[in-house]
Formats: sequence, structure tokens, C-alpha cells
Amino acid sequence: MADAVPFGSIVLVSAVLFVMGILGVMIRRSALVIFMSIELMLNAANLVFVGAARSTGSMDGQMFAFFVMAVAAAEAAVGLAIIIAIFRRRRSTDVDLMSALKW
Amino acid sequence: MTPRELMFYADAIVAVMTAAVVVLNRNPVVCALSLVLHLCSVAVFFLLLDASFLFAVQIILYAGAIMVLFLFVIMLLDPAGEGVVGRTGRIQVSVAIASAAVLLLGAAKLVPALAAPDQAAQPAAEFGQVMSVGRLLFTSYLFPFELASILLLVAMIGAMHMGKKGESE
Repeated sequence: MADAVPFGSIVLVSAVLFVMGILGVMIRRSALVIFMSIELMLNAANLVFVGAARSTGSMDGQMFAFFVMAVAAAEAAVGLAIIIAIFRRRRSTDVDLMSALKW
Repeated sequence: MTPRELMFYADAIVAVMTAAVVVLNRNPVVCALSLVLHLCSVAVFFLLLDASFLFAVQIILYAGAIMVLFLFVIMLLDPAGEGVVGRTGRIQVSVAIASAAVLLLGAAKLVPALAAPDQAAQPAAEFGQVMSVGRLLFTSYLFPFELASILLLVAMIGAMHMGKKGESE
């Protein structure tokens, strides 16, 4: 139990995963895959929280990660309902077609 | 390099590769299954970082509940996928590359500062276990905990309302 992963490498791994989530949100057109990329970013943030909890020896980071998970569950339920509602109207989940509010 | 570090880096490779599949594959079902693998690899991260309760929650909540919801919606809609993976807009791609560069540079700059030895090389025995998490949840974090339950209730009602066939059609 004495050996610990250095916090710097946790931050680096998490930054790489977060950037991949950003890339997914920016370059994909399917709303579903954009949602999955958002989950990637939330998980990257959770990883830093848990790593910080481990390196400071305080449980607060783990509690934050727990609440992030609860919010992610709510977000997934509402977001997927929105996607279904949009699909029913437009027969597509392509975000480039949803431009009615675009200036 | 300690065994724990070795496992961390091996798991990091798995996590990055599965995330790449999520971002790059054009079949949404493959994306979702790859995301399940990714979430499991993040759960292994949690285990390596002494967060055993979060490990269990990650498997049950994410890889179980949320991903089943995703797969269900994918099957309900079109599993055919996009014709082209890439976005046509040049703005999106340049913004993506710019934000990626900024974030990675910032993280790389941060790494030497954080490489200092950790304060708690040996955490307490119950660190990250169900008991300590539960005790915190019902003492210091009682208010956020209740807020989270209200949020989940609101999300459930909202999802049901949006999911049913509305009068707006």
C-alpha cells in the first residue's frame, strides 16, 4: 500500500482524456457520440478529483467525484430524452441540422 | 517503478485507446461499447487510487445503468451512423485543435510542479471505503446529498415528460 502513483502523471493522463473528450464534442456530428464525449470529459475530471484525494489524504475529492457521478446520471437521462424528442421530430441526430436558433 | 505505477500506466494506455475509439469510430454502437471499456478502465484507476467505493459505483452506475441507457437509445434511433466521421466546419476543427494544445501545454507545465512526493503515502485503513464515504455523506455533505436526490427526481420527471409523445406534435 505504500507505493503511490505520482500526482503529476495522474493529471497528465486525465488531461489527455479530457482533450479527447473536447475533440469528440467538436468534430463529431452525431448528438449521441457528442454525449459520450461529454462522459469522457466528466470521467477525466473525476480522475483528477480522486487522484487529489489520494495525494492529499483527504476524502473530499472522492465526495466531489461521487456528486459528479450523480449529476452525470441526471444529465444522461435528460439529455437522451431530449435526443429522442429531437429525433422524433427530425428523424436525425445530426447536430449540424439543428440550427433553428442559430443567428 | 512500483507494481502499482506499472498497472496505472498499463491502464492509462487502455483508457486512452478506448477513448480514441469513442471519438473516431463511425458506428455509434462500437463507440458505446468502447465507452463501456473506457469506464471500466477508469474504475481500475479508482481502485489503484484507494477509492474502492467509487470503483463499485463507477461499475454499477456508469458501466451498468448509464451505458444501458445509451445503448437502448442507440438501438431505438438509427444504428446506421454518420456517413462521414469528421465535421465539415473548419471553425470546429481549429477550435478543437487550439483547445487541445492549450490544455495539454498547461498540463505539461503543471506536471513538474506536482511531481513532489505525496503527503499521504500511507492512507488510513478505511480510506475510500464504504463506511468513511457514508459517514461523510451524512455529516459534512448532507446538504449536497439531499440536493443531489432532488436533482435526480427532477431529472427523472423531466425525462419522462420529454420522452412521452407530446401534444406539441
